[in-house]
Amino acid sequence: MNSFIGFLAQTEVEPAPPYQGGSYFFPVQASSFAKDSDWLYYFIFWVCVVFFAGIVGAMVYFVIKYRRRPGVDPEPSSSHNTPLEIAWSVLPSLLLILMFKWGAEGYFDEQVPFDDAEVIRVKAQQYSWLFEYENGDFSNILHLTNMQHYQFKLESADVLHSFFVPAFRQKQDIVPGRYTTTWLQPTKTGTFRLYCAEYCGDNHSNMKTNVVVHATEAERTDATKWDWLGNNGSPEGKIANGDRLFKIKCAGCHSSKGQRMTGPNLDGKFGTQEFFEDGTEQIIDENYIIDSIREPQKKIVKSFGPPNQKMQVFQGELSNEQIGWIVEYIKSIGPGASATAPK
Amino acid sequence: MTTATTRRELFGYTPDKNYYTASKGIASWLLTLDHKRIGIMYLIGVSAALFLAGIFALVLRTSLWKPENALLGEKMYNQMFTLHGAIMVFAFIIPSIPAALGNFVLPMMLGAKDVAFPRLNLCSFYLWMGGTLFLLIAMLTTGLDTGWTFYTPYSIRTQTGVTYATFGVFILGFSSIFTGLNFLVTVNTMRPAGMGWFQMPLFIWALYATAIIQILATPVLAITLLLLMAERILHVAIFDPALGGDPVLFQHFFWFYSHPAVYIMILPAMGIISELISVHSRKEIFGYKFIAFSSIAIAFLGFLVWGHHMFTSGQSVVMNMVFSAITFTVAIPSAVKVFNWLATMYKGSVALTTPMTYALAFILLFGIGGLTGLFLSTISVDRHLHDTYFIVAHFHFVMVGGTLTALLGGLFHWWPKITGRMYNENLGRLASFLVFAGFNLTFLPQFVMGSRGMMRRYASYDPEFQVFHQWSTVGAFVLGAGVTLAYAVLIYTVRYGRPVSGNPFGAASLEWQSSSPPSMHNFDHKVVVNDPYDFATQVYDEELDSYVQRRFVEPSPKPATQPQHS
Amino acid sequence: MAVTELADDIHEEQHAHGEFIAHHFDSAQQQYDSGKLGIWLFLVTEILFFSGLFCAYTLYRVHHPEIFVQASTFLDKNLGGINTIVLLFSSLTMAMAVRAAQLVERRTVIVNLVITMVCAAVFLGVKAVEYSHKWDEGIFVRAYFNLREHEVPGISRWLVLISIPFAILLAASVIVAFAMRAKGNKNMYVFYLSLAIMFGGYFLGAVGGKIYMNWKTANDKSKAAAVATLEHSAGGTENHAAADTHEPAKAPVETATAQSVPAAAAGEVLHGPAHLSQDLGTFFSIYYCMTGLHAFHVICGMIALSWLLYRSILGHWRADYYGPVDYVGLYWHLVDLIWIFLFPLLYLIN
Repeated sequence: MNSFIGFLAQTEVEPAPPYQGGSYFFPVQASSFAKDSDWLYYFIFWVCVVFFAGIVGAMVYFVIKYRRRPGVDPEPSSSHNTPLEIAWSVLPSLLLILMFKWGAEGYFDEQVPFDDAEVIRVKAQQYSWLFEYENGDFSNILHLTNMQHYQFKLESADVLHSFFVPAFRQKQDIVPGRYTTTWLQPTKTGTFRLYCAEYCGDNHSNMKTNVVVHATEAERTDATKWDWLGNNGSPEGKIANGDRLFKIKCAGCHSSKGQRMTGPNLDGKFGTQEFFEDGTEQIIDENYIIDSIREPQKKIVKSFGPPNQKMQVFQGELSNEQIGWIVEYIKSIGPGASATAPK
Repeated sequence: MTTATTRRELFGYTPDKNYYTASKGIASWLLTLDHKRIGIMYLIGVSAALFLAGIFALVLRTSLWKPENALLGEKMYNQMFTLHGAIMVFAFIIPSIPAALGNFVLPMMLGAKDVAFPRLNLCSFYLWMGGTLFLLIAMLTTGLDTGWTFYTPYSIRTQTGVTYATFGVFILGFSSIFTGLNFLVTVNTMRPAGMGWFQMPLFIWALYATAIIQILATPVLAITLLLLMAERILHVAIFDPALGGDPVLFQHFFWFYSHPAVYIMILPAMGIISELISVHSRKEIFGYKFIAFSSIAIAFLGFLVWGHHMFTSGQSVVMNMVFSAITFTVAIPSAVKVFNWLATMYKGSVALTTPMTYALAFILLFGIGGLTGLFLSTISVDRHLHDTYFIVAHFHFVMVGGTLTALLGGLFHWWPKITGRMYNENLGRLASFLVFAGFNLTFLPQFVMGSRGMMRRYASYDPEFQVFHQWSTVGAFVLGAGVTLAYAVLIYTVRYGRPVSGNPFGAASLEWQSSSPPSMHNFDHKVVVNDPYDFATQVYDEELDSYVQRRFVEPSPKPATQPQHS
Repeated sequence: MAVTELADDIHEEQHAHGEFIAHHFDSAQQQYDSGKLGIWLFLVTEILFFSGLFCAYTLYRVHHPEIFVQASTFLDKNLGGINTIVLLFSSLTMAMAVRAAQLVERRTVIVNLVITMVCAAVFLGVKAVEYSHKWDEGIFVRAYFNLREHEVPGISRWLVLISIPFAILLAASVIVAFAMRAKGNKNMYVFYLSLAIMFGGYFLGAVGGKIYMNWKTANDKSKAAAVATLEHSAGGTENHAAADTHEPAKAPVETATAQSVPAAAAGEVLHGPAHLSQDLGTFFSIYYCMTGLHAFHVICGMIALSWLLYRSILGHWRADYYGPVDYVGLYWHLVDLIWIFLFPLLYLIN
C-alpha cells in the first residue's frame, strides 16, 4: 500500500503525503476528537458483529435443521409470542440509547469552542483552498501547530464545499452566503490529507490539499512566512513571489503543468501565438498578461468562451507590483525557460 | 373427484383465456387498462432503466480501476455518476416493486378485478415514460453533472441539463403519487368481504405504507423541483445565495421527500420478503401484527429523520441531536421485521428455491445495510463518515442489497403466476448466488475505504485506496453478470419454461386462486377468502404437480374458522 | 374458513351494472367511495404541494419582515378583496351545483356550473390586470426586479399579451356555438355558448380591473406629489443610510416607500436604496410562485368545470352517480381555500 511514492497527480493537486499508518479501518488519530470517535465506532462495530453473527447463525441453523423433506409437513408451532416480540424490540433499544448518548456527547465536545483558539479563515472556491492565519500570512496548505487550539471560519465563494481531514475525524460543510465554524486540536505531527467532501463541480476530486501539523509554533511560522519584499530584490525572488501568488490566486483555474482546467493552461504559453474567441490572434506578451488579469473578458482564448465560467476581474485586487511578479512567473514557465523556473 | 382434464381446466394452464392472449396488437397493450398488462409494461420499462444505469455503474467502476481515472476524465465521470444515481433512484428503484410487481399482484391479492382507477394507472405509466424520456433528453443533450440530489447552488450554476432532468423527475414524482393514490384507494375500498385489515397479506400492508409515503412526501419534491426550475429559468432567488436565497433550504426540502423515498424503496421489498419467507418455509408468518405495524411505524418515522442527511451542513446543534435520536428509533421496527422473518423459519419446512435464496440474501444484506446505519445516525461518528464511501456502501446495501434482491426474488416467486411457466431452478439459484457474492465483493471494501477517508463522487483518488477500488470493480462485474443471468433465466422461461398449473409453491394468498397466467378479469371462479398464511389449506396434487385448495380434493372441508392474528 | 362469494360470472355481472359503473366495481356505492377517497387524497397532495411554498414564505418572512411589510404595499387590497369575494361566491354556486346533481336537476346544475366558471374567469381577468400592472412597473422576480415609474396609464401591452389567448378562445367558442346552432345540435350550442360566456367573464374582470387601476394610479400620483414635497424636506439622507443597513425594521420601510413615490412622480428610474429594492424582488419571487401556481390551478379547475358542464348538458347524472360533480366540487373548494390563505398572507401584511 506504500506503492504511491513517486505518484504524480495529473492535475495540480498537492501530492498525497506518505502513508501515515493507522488501523485497518482508520487513518492515524491526529486530533483530540479522533480517539473518542474511533472508540464509539468500534463499540458500534462489535455490537453489530454480535447481532449479525446471531442472525446468520439462526438463519443457517434453521435452513439446515428445518429443510424441506418430501412428504413431511412442518410441525405446527406458535405464530406469535408477544413477550418475545416486546423483548427483542426493547432490549436492543437500550443499546441504541447508549450509542445516541455517546454520539451526542462526542458531538458536543466538537461544538464547544476553545477559549484560546487561533482563528483561521478558510476560503474555499471551486477547486482550491486558501487559509488565512491571524498573523496575516496565508497559504494553500494548512499549517497547524501540534496541541494548539484552532477555530476555523469557513466561507465559500461559489458553491457548497466541505472541509474534511480524515485524520482529524472532522467534517464541516461550507455554505455560500454564510459562515460555518468548527474547532480542532491536532494531537499528532505530520502531514495529512485535506479533502473537499461536498460535490462541487467538474474538478471536485482535485480539490484536495494537505495539512501540516508542526511540532512548534516557530516551525509553523517559518513555513507560512513569506518575505515578499525581501524577494523583490532579485529576479529569482520575483519569480518565487509570482509562483506563490499564482498558486494562491490563479492555480484554482489555470494549470502551470499543461492541463486544461477551468481556464487555459499557462505552461509554455509565453511568447507563443494564441487564438481568441473573437477570431483574432496575438502573441502572448507581458501586456497581454497584464490586460488579461485586469480585464479578463477582453480577449477570451478560443474554446473558453461561454458557457465556461468567467474569470474574476483582478483590477484593484492585485497591485501593479504583484501583477508584475505573476508576469515574471508566467515568463519563467514559458517555452525554453522551464529550466530556470524555481521548483 | 373430478377427472384430470376438468381439474386442469379449473386450476391449470389456460393458454386461450389468459390476459396476454385475450387481445392482440400493440395498441391492445399501449392502451390497456388492465393492471396486469400495465404491470408488465412497467416491468419492461424499469428493467430497461436498471440495465442502462447498471451499465453506467460498470463504466464508473472500470474507470476507478486506476487512481488517476484515465478512462473517463472528471467531467464525464461526474455526468455518469449523476445519471447512474438519477436513473436508478427515480426511474428504477422507486417504481420497481410497487408499480411493476405491485400492479400485477396487489389487485389479485385482494381478489379484485382491477385497481380502483385503471385509467389513472395507465396515466401513471405514461408519466413514468415521459419523465424517463426527459431524463434521457438531459443525458443525450447536455448531460447532467449535479449528482442525483441536485444540490443548490451548483445545480443553478452548472451549464448541464438540470432543467430537463428536474422536469423529468417532477413528472416521475406525479407518476409515483398516482400509483400510491391508486393503491391506497384500492386497498381501502376494494377488499373483498371477509378480508379485514388483519387478514391482508403483508405485501399489501407494505404497499399500503408505501402509498402513504408516496402521497405525503412526493408533492414536496414536486414543489422543490418546480422552484429549482423557476430558479434556473427565472432566477427567483429562493435557493440562490448570490441573490439572497438559502441553499440549505433546498436540502431540507429535498430530504423531506428523499428520506421517506428511501422507505418507498425498501418497504415494498420487506413486504415481498414476508411473503417469500412464509410461503417457501410453508409456515405461518411469525408476529403478523408486529410486521404490519412496523411497516406503518417505518413510514411514519421516515418523515421525521430527514435532517440526518445534514449533520455537517451547519444546522443547529439541537436539530442535529433531535434528528439523530429519531433516526435511531427507525432501527427498532426494522430489527423487529428481521427477527420475525427468522422466527418464521423456525420449525418450518424450508425449501431453498430461487425466491427463498433471494429472501435469505435480503436478510443478510439488509442486515448489514441496517446495522451500518447505526454508525451514521451516531452524530460524532457520522461527522467522520459523512459523504465518504461508507455512505455509498451503506445505501447500496439497503437499496440494491435490499430492493433489487427483493425484486428479483419477487419476480421468481410470481413468475409462474405471470407467465404460467416454471423457471430453471438451478440456474435461478446460481444467479442469486452470483448476485449475493458479487454484491458483497463490490460494497464491503467500500465500507473500509470510506472510514479510511475515501470521498464519494471523486473521479480520481489517492493511490492508497486503489486495492479496495479494484476489489470493488471486480465485484461489480460479478454482480452485473448475476443480474444479467437472472434476467436471462426469466426471459428464457417466458418462451421455453415448463408449463405449470395454478399454484406451484402452495401459497395461500388469493392471487394463486386464479389460473396461471390469470384471465383478463383475474378470476374465473369464486374467490374464497382465507388466511393468506394458513398453508394447511393448500395440498399438493401430484397429478397436476401443483398445490390445490384442500376443499376441492376433500369432500367435506373442515369447519370454517375465521383467520386470526394477535 | 370464511367463505365469501365475490362474483360468479364476470360477464353476466356487467349487465347488472349501471350505465356509468366501471366493470371492476361491485356497486355504485363502491365506485363513489373510491372516487371520494381518491379525490381527498389528491387534495392532500395538493395541500402538501403548496405547503412547500408556504414554508419558503414563512422562512423569508421571519428573516426579512421589513421587506414583506413594504412589498405588500405594492399589492392592491381592493383587487385582491374583489377576487376573494368572487372565489367565495363561486364556491357557493359550486356547492349548489353539487346539490342539484344529487337531486338530478339538470337545469340547476348547468346554471350553477356556468356561474362558477364565469367567476373563475373573472378572477383570472383581475389577476391579469394585477400582473400586467406590476410588470409595467418593472416588478418582476428577484433577478429581473427593476422598479421604475409606471408608464402612461392606459392600455398595457402586457395585459394585451395575456388577453390574446382568451380572445382567441372566446372567438372560437362563439363561432363553434353558432355553427352548432346551424347544425341544430342544441346541446352543443348551449355548451359552446356557455364557454363563450365564461371567456367573456375574463374580459369583464380584466376591463373592470383595468379601469379601477387607471383611476387609482391617477389618484395616487396627485397624492404622491404632495407627499413628496413634504417628505423630501423632512426625510433626507439619514433614513437613507438606515435603509441601507437593513435595520431597524420599521424606519427604512417608511422611508423607502416615501422615497420611491417622489422618484416615481419625478419620472425617473428608481435607484433608491438599491439592495432594498432588490430584496423586494425576493418577496415578489414568492408572490409570483404562489399566485402563479394558484392561477394554474384555477385554469385546471376551469377545464374540469367545462368537462362537468359537457356531461351535465348530456344529462349524465343519476341519483347514484354524481361523483364527478362532487369531486370537482371538492377540488374547487380547495382552490378557493388556498386563495383564502394567500390573500391575507400576501396582501394584508400591513
